Amino acid sequence: MAATRPRPLSPHLTIWRWGPHMIVSILHRATGIALSLAGLALLTWWLMALAKGPDAYATFEKAAHSPIGLIVLVGLTWSFFQHLLSGIRHLVMDSGAAFELGVNKTFAILTIVGSVLLTALLWAWQMGARP
Amino acid sequence: MSIGESSTPLGKVRGLGSAREGGEHWLTERVTSIALLLLGSWFIASLLLLPQLDARTLTEWLRAPSAMIPMALLVIVAFKHALDGMKVFIDDYVHEPGTNFVVNTLLLFLAVGGAAIALYALAALAFGAAV
Repeated sequence: MAATRPRPLSPHLTIWRWGPHMIVSILHRATGIALSLAGLALLTWWLMALAKGPDAYATFEKAAHSPIGLIVLVGLTWSFFQHLLSGIRHLVMDSGAAFELGVNKTFAILTIVGSVLLTALLWAWQMGARP
Repeated sequence: MSIGESSTPLGKVRGLGSAREGGEHWLTERVTSIALLLLGSWFIASLLLLPQLDARTLTEWLRAPSAMIPMALLVIVAFKHALDGMKVFIDDYVHEPGTNFVVNTLLLFLAVGGAAIALYALAALAFGAAV
């Protein structure tokens, strides 16, 4: 019966050929969620620890300097830069620009290159070069 | 000129739609993102330029209005932007109206509550006794 025939579904993740634009789109959402939940929780904890005084801040520092703490912090700084750069890309595209295939692809790749580079620079500075 | 003949696509969407407010949500997300571009960059740059990141240096830096005011703005705008972004994510994946309302309400409480805690910490730092 025609009435029971399954209706066509709109295409989802599995049907598209993967490309930089797709990865960056997914990363924008994933990093946004990470920053919203882990990032803001950490920022709030950090401010509270500072307000409470040196003892509370020592607890925060101990967690931040642990291996897991460092992984979280590096992950969040990368998330920040990735979300910032792909956010700029979104603002440009909101204006109607950068939809040409080549430009769009290059821009998408640049956000990933930029976020990794900025994260590496930040941690190099933090770990060694800070005056 | 009727709204339908508005000169830009955004103008047509603004204030329309079944919810009557989708356009404002979209626009707010963009405006807060531009503010966060500035405030987020300021935050990262400030931390990197401090001589060290111990409790004493950070507290001294943050108690001054030159850091306290942008930090308060950062907290407010970041929580607002996170709330708006997470709502898009939830609306994309939680379709059942009752569950959607519950999850969005929890998200709102989480964002407002988190912002209140962070702002309380800042107030304690700004107006509390010197640590």
